[in-house]
Amino acid sequence: MKTTLRYFKPYIPYMLLVVLLLFCQAMCELSLPAYMSDIINNGIVPMDMPYIYKTGLIMVGLAFACSLFAVGGGFFASRTAAGASRDIRRALFSNVTDFSSAELDSFSTASLITRATNDVQQIQQAAVMTLRMAIFAPIMGIGALVRALATSPSLTWTIGLALAVIICIMVFMFFAVMPKFRILQSKLDRLNQVIAERLSGLLVVRAFNSEQAEEERFDVTNTELRKINIFVNRCMAFLFPSMTIVMNLVNILIVWVGAHMVESQNLLIGDMLAFLQYAMHVIISFLFVTMMFIMIPRAAVSGNRIGEVLDIRPTIRDAEDAVTPSALRGEITFKDVSFAYPDAEEKTLDDISFTASPGTTTAIIGGTGSGKSSLISLIPRLFDVTEGSICLDGQDIRTMPQKSLRDAIGYVPQKGLLFTGTIADNLRYGKSDATMEELEKAAATSQSISFINEMPNGFDTEVAQGGTSVSGGQKQRLSIARALVKDPQVLIFDDSFSALDFKTDAALRKALRESASEKTLIIVAQRINTIMDADQILVMEDGRIVGRGTHEELLRTCELYKEIAMSQLSEEELGKGVA
Amino acid sequence: MAARQQQTGKPKHGPGSRAAAMMPGEKAGDLRGTLRKLLSYLAPYKFRLFFVLLFAIASTIFAIVSPTILGTATDTIVQGLMSGQGVDYEALLQIIVFLIGLYAVSFGFSAAQGFIMAGMSQQITYEFRRLLSEKMDKLPVRYFDGMTHGEYQSRVINDIETVNQSLSQSLTQVITAAVTIIGTLIMMIRISLIMTVVALLVLPMSMVMIKLVVRRSQGHFKNQQKYLGEVNAHVEEMFTGHTVVKVFNKEEESQAEFDAMNDKLYESAWKSQFLSGIMMPATNLIGNLGYVLVCILGGYLAIAGRISIGNIQAFIQYVRSFNQPLQQVANAANLLQSTAAAAERIFEIIDEEEEEDAFEPQAGHTLGQGMAQESHEAAERTQRTAAADGGEAPAAKGRVEFEHINFGYKPDHTIIHDFSFVAEPGSRVAIVGPTGAGKTTIVKLLLRYYELNSGRILVDGTDITEYSRNDLREHFAMVLQDTWLFSGTMRENLKYGRPYATDEQMIEAAKAAHIHHFIKTLPDGYDTKINEDADNISQGQKQLLTIARAMLADNPILILDEATSSVDTRTERLIQQAMANLMEGRTSFIIAHRLSTIKDADTILVLDKGDIVEQGTHEELLEKGGAYAKLYNSQFEE
Repeated sequence: MKTTLRYFKPYIPYMLLVVLLLFCQAMCELSLPAYMSDIINNGIVPMDMPYIYKTGLIMVGLAFACSLFAVGGGFFASRTAAGASRDIRRALFSNVTDFSSAELDSFSTASLITRATNDVQQIQQAAVMTLRMAIFAPIMGIGALVRALATSPSLTWTIGLALAVIICIMVFMFFAVMPKFRILQSKLDRLNQVIAERLSGLLVVRAFNSEQAEEERFDVTNTELRKINIFVNRCMAFLFPSMTIVMNLVNILIVWVGAHMVESQNLLIGDMLAFLQYAMHVIISFLFVTMMFIMIPRAAVSGNRIGEVLDIRPTIRDAEDAVTPSALRGEITFKDVSFAYPDAEEKTLDDISFTASPGTTTAIIGGTGSGKSSLISLIPRLFDVTEGSICLDGQDIRTMPQKSLRDAIGYVPQKGLLFTGTIADNLRYGKSDATMEELEKAAATSQSISFINEMPNGFDTEVAQGGTSVSGGQKQRLSIARALVKDPQVLIFDDSFSALDFKTDAALRKALRESASEKTLIIVAQRINTIMDADQILVMEDGRIVGRGTHEELLRTCELYKEIAMSQLSEEELGKGVA
Repeated sequence: MAARQQQTGKPKHGPGSRAAAMMPGEKAGDLRGTLRKLLSYLAPYKFRLFFVLLFAIASTIFAIVSPTILGTATDTIVQGLMSGQGVDYEALLQIIVFLIGLYAVSFGFSAAQGFIMAGMSQQITYEFRRLLSEKMDKLPVRYFDGMTHGEYQSRVINDIETVNQSLSQSLTQVITAAVTIIGTLIMMIRISLIMTVVALLVLPMSMVMIKLVVRRSQGHFKNQQKYLGEVNAHVEEMFTGHTVVKVFNKEEESQAEFDAMNDKLYESAWKSQFLSGIMMPATNLIGNLGYVLVCILGGYLAIAGRISIGNIQAFIQYVRSFNQPLQQVANAANLLQSTAAAAERIFEIIDEEEEEDAFEPQAGHTLGQGMAQESHEAAERTQRTAAADGGEAPAAKGRVEFEHINFGYKPDHTIIHDFSFVAEPGSRVAIVGPTGAGKTTIVKLLLRYYELNSGRILVDGTDITEYSRNDLREHFAMVLQDTWLFSGTMRENLKYGRPYATDEQMIEAAKAAHIHHFIKTLPDGYDTKINEDADNISQGQKQLLTIARAMLADNPILILDEATSSVDTRTERLIQQAMANLMEGRTSFIIAHRLSTIKDADTILVLDKGDIVEQGTHEELLEKGGAYAKLYNSQFEE
């Protein structure tokens, strides 16, 4: 929360202006009943018409002033709220962009997105509300109270009584209804979840003839939701008339008590009417303040969520004495590398050493959780090694700027991920000035040229956000093409062939070998077929390299490799492989 | 993602209700038709609705009268003073008691109205949700091809919530407001016609003012929504693609793009915020001016002896309470539009044509009720014995025949041409082909998710269209690549296809699927909950669970979609063994990715671009040297 509030600091002058303007507005607003009282006491009762005109004119002026102050206050409040939100949003975005994967993993992506969008929006609304209402209501309330006291101190207890009753009602509401509100939200979430589940399992539900069971599951939540909703709504239906009747009864009380005071010459009749209005102002302001108590904790939750993100400093930064490497060949060397995720007790990678040379293919195979993906994520410094070092052409990658390191690397993530824009835009992502020929060549190598050409606008076809208009396999091929267009020295494929069928997989690898013959290729895979022909295969288990060599060598020497191979290949293919 | 965004449940709030009301409202295509339909859903509640309206009006009327009475109280005091006789406390007390009575009655009506309305609106909301939920099971699968999940979800949650809000709050609010305006006017005229005219003179000013502000701010609100959407989209994209952004060195570019959008958002945000903020001072000014005018004119009339101080006081209260209902009524049109738009989206689904012989929910039949369970078990027993005895229903064997079938997702685009094929009971059919060849289409037709264009499919000699959908699907067990489990216990998930299976049967199935041991190691065993994202169990274990689920369902024809996704080698082996167990003695259709599966198949169907281009055994097809041979050889050419 503190971190988030810091972003309001530059707007302190604005906020002071808001307070000042709202104060003036409240003062004007509050003086109107006093003038009305004057009209009655000094105008009507002694029948002095010119006095009435004169006072009326003053009141018109005050009314205008009142509105002017309000508009001014609104102006600065809006600028403050929108401005601070903009700054928070920017800071948040830039901080997350600087995150390394370690920091990113400590939040879910969905949660980060909500924080950067909804939560900031919440803050903006809360800020406007606070600046307008939370400041105005107390000023108004206190001002009205002071006026009421000045008008008739001995009547003030009536206001106190009204407030006491209102507090009682509020406290009751707070304990009876507020908890239900929370349940309400969780039931709505549950309802949403059930619907989402049923939609994604539509085919399964029907195949298992379990529609009835699904209806009943839905009905349970739907019924609960109805019950709670009825309770909450009924409480609310009771709340508002209660407030009205409290205010009305206070009015009567004031008139009754006031009558006695007027008769005993302790109160002027006009003052009694003014007092009535002040009392209303106090009560309404009080209601606003209590509403604030509901609003602000909600905004504070958002503020804290944003603060959590802003407080995290990215761990991977450029060294101050970073040296930009000159002409790169693309040799990657792991030297006794160990790696543990932050806060993890056990090492994910243990004592990894190998060299991937230009012009060769290094393949990494192993079960899930064996550390394959973690290993390659160290190369572009998505994480930093815990022990040991990784060198690019002999230079420790931590001693070079991240930019030049990543310029040398083409990375294809496991999940083909495209951005909004045309296919050409996406392919040019790593090299914005790539020519059409380069795009076509990369598309041909990645086996995407045929389906691109089949699309309505070819390379200019728009890819919807998240790439829903292309299939999983097509996305993977396009993200391979994207890396190829960039034309880096090192190409890393993180299980990037998994959504491809065997045929395409084979053709792609063949084309890749031809077009990227000079490059260092590092391929992570689950399928033996994909990596059989690599120059060097690393077999991983529990974060360690348990076997290395070519396919033939490993079949003879590595038990785990043999096991994997046997589960995937037929005897005949195994024979082929060995021969 | 879409689902997550929807989860807030409530409709999006603009900055404050006043601002929300200024938002350019959505419009329904057919306003009158939609409203008429909505009314027809209210018909069963017409008595309650009548009382709600009656009570709302009564409560308002009693509330409107009270300022005048309070004014008389003031006058009683003033008279007492002026006449020098002292205040007539007896008369004053009478007035006050009368007033308290009025307030109490008004309170009673108002609370009663809200009480009835809450029950009614929630019941209607509940009904709408239930209707949409049932509709989900009744619509043809085809319908969901044209609608995203997020959209359906949004209709069930957000649109219904919008209608709910209008029903439970806005409806009475608008009616109360209208009554207030009319009632207040009458009371004001009763006090003084001239003063009413003067007070009303400022109204047109107020209207013009509001109109001006609304017109100016609407554009900014639209922009704000637009830029907010852009910023959100960018954030979502960049955060999701964080790794890619980083390895491609695109941080600066992405930040620059963001800053530009963010600045635009700021501009429209503060302007719309500011303009909507002007509304209040503007109407306030009008209100205050009216107030001042009333004071002056009232003073003049009072001196002339034509009006009492109590009446001035009452009049001020009336003028003060005139603004708010006026705005509410002015908003009514907008509100009606957005309600109708939401309702229209709901009716769109409700009116959608259901598939023939659609699922009919049985009311009052709840799972887990002892009685129901017993009778169902009995029914199941008799059914099964009948089948075993070779009674009327012949035992399902699992013979599947495709006879000259033609099919296309779009009527003008046939993708399966004249396909014929017979799968004998217990045989294995592997469906292979490149990505996007439409391997799942065959499966979808078999389960009758879609209707054929021509030809027919026979299961155990009977055309699938002659079965009820329920009976047809009783023949099938399914294991899909997308391992769908719902958030319930292991037990509930396993028994999904056969809710009345015994625990012994369930455990047997779990053992055959090699998942029993794993479940036993969980803290709550079979009662362990699978959580929302099902991330407390691994992908491989999920697959084993779906296999066990299919095993327990124990149906003669099996549909299997082999996973391409990555699981570790050992789990992979377990899965293969489990699948082999499952296929034992069943006719199996396998969307195959593993060569071993393909080779073991009795028949291989080779698909390309939705066409079945070849069929035969592994050896036959290799010999043929066609598409299959090419597909097979491509992996080993060297």
